[in-house]
Amino acid sequence: MLEVKNLHAKIGEKEILKGIDLVINDGETHAIMGPNGSGKSTLSAVLVGNPLYEVTEGEAFFNGKNLLEMKPEDRAHEGLFLSFQYPVEIPGVSMTNFMKAAINEKRKYQGLDPMNAAEFLKLQREKRKVVELDSKLANRSVNEGFSGGEKKRNEIFQMAMLEPKLSILDETDSGLDVDAMRIVAEGVNKLQTPETSCIVITHYDRLLEMIRPQFVHVLYKGRIVKTGGPELARQIQEHGYDWIKEEIGEE
Amino acid sequence: MKSEKQYIELYEQARQMIFAHAPEAMNAVRDEAFRSFASAGFPSRKVERYKYTDIAQLFAPDYGVNLNRLEIPVDPYQAFRCDVPNLSTSLFFVVNDMFYSGEKQEARYKKQEESEKRIPHANPHLPEGVIVDSMAHVFSHPSPLTTYLSEHYAKLAKTGEDAVTALNTMLAQDGLLVYVPKNVKVDRAIQVINILKALPQNAQRVVTDLMVNRRVLIILEEGAELKMLFCDHAADDRNFLATQVIEAFVGENASLDLYCLEETHYKNVRVSNVYIDQQLGSRVNHNVITLHNGTTRNKLDLTFSGEGAECQCYGCVIADKQQHVDNNTLITHKVPHCTSSELYKYVLDDKATGAFAGRVLVEHGAQQTTSQMTNQNLTATREARMYTQPMLEIYADDVKCAHGSTVGQLNEAALFYMRQRGISLAEAKLLLQNAFINEVIDKMQLEPLRDRLHYLVEKRFRGELNKCTGCKLCK
Repeated sequence: MLEVKNLHAKIGEKEILKGIDLVINDGETHAIMGPNGSGKSTLSAVLVGNPLYEVTEGEAFFNGKNLLEMKPEDRAHEGLFLSFQYPVEIPGVSMTNFMKAAINEKRKYQGLDPMNAAEFLKLQREKRKVVELDSKLANRSVNEGFSGGEKKRNEIFQMAMLEPKLSILDETDSGLDVDAMRIVAEGVNKLQTPETSCIVITHYDRLLEMIRPQFVHVLYKGRIVKTGGPELARQIQEHGYDWIKEEIGEE
Repeated sequence: MKSEKQYIELYEQARQMIFAHAPEAMNAVRDEAFRSFASAGFPSRKVERYKYTDIAQLFAPDYGVNLNRLEIPVDPYQAFRCDVPNLSTSLFFVVNDMFYSGEKQEARYKKQEESEKRIPHANPHLPEGVIVDSMAHVFSHPSPLTTYLSEHYAKLAKTGEDAVTALNTMLAQDGLLVYVPKNVKVDRAIQVINILKALPQNAQRVVTDLMVNRRVLIILEEGAELKMLFCDHAADDRNFLATQVIEAFVGENASLDLYCLEETHYKNVRVSNVYIDQQLGSRVNHNVITLHNGTTRNKLDLTFSGEGAECQCYGCVIADKQQHVDNNTLITHKVPHCTSSELYKYVLDDKATGAFAGRVLVEHGAQQTTSQMTNQNLTATREARMYTQPMLEIYADDVKCAHGSTVGQLNEAALFYMRQRGISLAEAKLLLQNAFINEVIDKMQLEPLRDRLHYLVEKRFRGELNKCTGCKLCK
């Protein structure tokens, strides 16, 4: 599904990613953990093509296609989805119009006709149930006036609508109460199939206990310094990152 | 005084012809207007209110003026459909600066005149006593009412204070008169289509570029209600210079909704001066929408003369290429307890220039004034220019006034968020620009027009609206 080789990226003059190697196969769930400022969000931003970041070296292939040459919207059409750490408010653009535009542009990319209004509303109704999202939010502007929990659930709702192949959840658990986290995790689990994969970026193993990744990577100073199974997340939860820093020969 | 010279000479040479084809009430103030114009001339850009539009330059080219009042061969009823779906209006046409009345209407006038013994009006849907007609036509029927109406002419639009108003008063030979008697509510909106149409070319006439001088006088008596919609269109791709002076007297507890929608083309110059006087408890809703144009300058002078009155002014501008739009407003609170609010939004692309200069003047003693002025602008390129100048001038000490303006670009974070969801950059921009403009359109009262504007604005942003839609003449 995704193959990242020696990826370097910078923002402004500051190099943040210093050689990432990562392979994700169909149906796998990977967690990425690491101390603040280690480059986790940068990695997700670079993969989805945020123009603020510049790739200086390395490559990334998504289902055999050169990801780094694609426009952000085409990466989305190919099936890449990012659940934003801070979902953006867009005053004046209703959730429904926004979603309709997203769905229909994807269909256009796939050579399909636009979805008719009735079909669309039905789909929207179905997918809202995945994250127990209030239907009133559909008429509101995108993320405007949404609570923190609603914003994150809204991200997963969009994921459900767009049916991506690879979803990146960037600290989707931050700012969520226990119930909201359960709803989000269950939503993500419902959307998983043997053909879809997921990258979960998080600081805590609580979400990982519900989503259950097969692989846990530790990102530190722009490199993946350790990879393990689910037990690695628990170790980090208990002991922090110092022992890993020591392992790689740092204070 | 180079630009002025041709107009001064024109007036001196053609004075007799101008007088011969115009009603007495309009002629009565003409010479004074001429003296004002000849002595002051066009304002330079050092004059505060004309800082952003070079008036003298706009009036410098040689335009023809139809002083002989030649009939323009066009039947707008046949050729023109400026559809606003679901909006049922009483429709009138002004071709250049002449109130259009076809033969059928003439016949109707006669019949009504004979059977009803009152001043005729052009549309049988209008309630009793309401007049929407050519000034020349109404003033040619002497009666106490017409004398009373004619006394309002050029009272708000003072020729000593504005050169364009002076020029318009000096050259205008006919105009549109709208009168609503006491407590009469005109439910159906009055829609006036202003059509610019060049004179047919012949051997004597070389210049077919045309200057027109439109004039509108609106009088609302106590408790009257009126909704008026002006739609500006150009039917030829000639160069047009249109001056316009609208005077509106809004009586006690009366209500006026005024919409001015411009969809002309890039060879078009429009200089419009709107004067509104509000009496006790009256309400005015003033909306100006520039969808497509060449060079446009809209001035609004609104005065609260009676307490407890309220006005809302909304403006919406979409400009690209080399288009220029300048909105200049002055709201004068002369008396206490009045409320004014303004919201003007611009989207400027390519090398377009926009200007908004709004001034709220709260005079001594106008206590308990509430005033809010907002101007927000989006510039899509580095070459697009926006000049914004919100001003408050307050001489009372118990008022609530706010003003603010912003100039910015589309939100990069929002654009990227949408692209990540698969929405192309072009479509994402469109959604954001639409959302930006819709905020002001959604405030407009006339619902069918609002729906129509949503549609037109989207078309405009998609680049599909080059002149105007739904208009056979423009196609």
